[in-house]
Amino acid sequence: MNIKFHIQDLNFYFNNEKVLKGINFEIPANKILGIIGPSGSGKTTFLRALNRMNDLETGTRIEGKILLDGEDIYNSDYDVVALRKKVGMVFAMPVPLPMSIYENVVYGPRLSGNNDKTRLDELVEKSLTAAYLWDEVKDRLKTSGMRLSGGQQQRLCLARVLAMEPEAILLDEPSSGLDPISTAKIEDALTELKKEYTIILVTNNTKQAARVADNTAFFLMGELIEIGSTGQIFTTPGKIETNDYITGRFG
Amino acid sequence: MRIHPRYTQRGAVAVLGGATVLTLMILVFIIVFILEKGLPVINLKFLTSNPEDMGRAGGIFPTLIGTILLPLLAIIIATPLGIFTSVYLSEYTKENKVTRIIRFGTDCLAGIPSIIFGLFGYIFFVITLGFGWSILSGGLTLAVMILPTIIRTSEEAIRAVPKSYREVSFSLGATSWQTVKKVILPNALPGIVTGIMLSVGRSIGETAAVIFTAGSSLRIPDSLFDSTRTMAVHFYILAREGISAENAYGTAATLIIAVLMVNLSAYWLMNRFISKRS
Repeated sequence: MNIKFHIQDLNFYFNNEKVLKGINFEIPANKILGIIGPSGSGKTTFLRALNRMNDLETGTRIEGKILLDGEDIYNSDYDVVALRKKVGMVFAMPVPLPMSIYENVVYGPRLSGNNDKTRLDELVEKSLTAAYLWDEVKDRLKTSGMRLSGGQQQRLCLARVLAMEPEAILLDEPSSGLDPISTAKIEDALTELKKEYTIILVTNNTKQAARVADNTAFFLMGELIEIGSTGQIFTTPGKIETNDYITGRFG
Repeated sequence: MRIHPRYTQRGAVAVLGGATVLTLMILVFIIVFILEKGLPVINLKFLTSNPEDMGRAGGIFPTLIGTILLPLLAIIIATPLGIFTSVYLSEYTKENKVTRIIRFGTDCLAGIPSIIFGLFGYIFFVITLGFGWSILSGGLTLAVMILPTIIRTSEEAIRAVPKSYREVSFSLGATSWQTVKKVILPNALPGIVTGIMLSVGRSIGETAAVIFTAGSSLRIPDSLFDSTRTMAVHFYILAREGISAENAYGTAATLIIAVLMVNLSAYWLMNRFISKRS
């Protein structure tokens, strides 16, 4: 099995408060990893450590290593911009940039200096199709991305990430504010996409992890309590906390 | 005794509304007063002919030139400097002691009386650098004077751009500069333009800082090193020396109309820009 990320003795501090404690595990390529856990368990912080988005905040500090294809992404000479092109991210709140649907999708490619019209057109169609949005917007690519519904906006954000042709996709509660139909479309897209990408899905909705994830990790209070195949975590969890969380005793 | 909310509500409306009406009345009174005395003087000949006999007769053409050139030079110098500084402060530095000191410093600079800038301009640009009383000295002095305003208003405008736009841009592999260019500046532009327009208005009406640095020559300048006279300075001299009250009001009315036109065109431009984007 091909390993995409190696997480080694990861500690993370926010203003000297330890929010991730001694995390160790591996994330295999071309699988969907679901990360579940109650609010404040460090899921999002962990996710944002994988593409170094935490760097944008002040007062953060990291110990340990995160290896992407064997290279430590926190090494001082690692190129952060290149990292973020390889590891795309979809946020909890859909944020289309204030520009057209088309320009939103090609934002990433244009940053890399790709301005060839035919190539961009191809990318737009391919990415929007993969995000299950093409049929709904193909006739109005020039309208503002902000005019779309919430569910469409989130799929636009997914398409925007796909257009960068990344290797891994991080999703931070991508359907927390969406209706069931939009959620289903995003989940269908993810199941399709794992053939090409490594997908890490943070979710507050344990059922969502059960539906789409191949492996599931349970975080609690900054610690990785348990990780295993989704079937095993949801049927025969090894830890009492995991069992209590997935059966809804707390969280 | 407790007053019924109905009455406190009425009282509040009366006080708040009264303040608004009073403000408006003062503004209208000043404008009407100046225009009433000045408008009869203004005609095409007044605007396009040279002053005669120190301004007792003739027009104000050279002061129009001075009033256009000085603020223009100031804006050309101060706008890029101000925007670059505010971008650097808000996007490239993390909030710390140094940035707080810089911000405090710009706030202080913005509050310094213009005559101090005039004195500084006189000592530094006119004497030390040897530019003499000239458009260059005056423009540089005005640029220094409006720089803090442009920095602070631009910074506010940049800060008002949602943080989530930055996050999205960075997460898509943008550098700080690409984020500034493609997301921050386009969205902060209306606020930045407002700051620039306020500064234009301020420098058009400036007297103290200009009289010390650009002088008060009534000749039409033919280089940046020539002295010039702005409308505000012309008005000051005509009124102060008791040369011609009539022409002083004519100049004042022209000045007010000019500032009004600058502000109106700025609003128009901005509305056009905003409606085009959304």
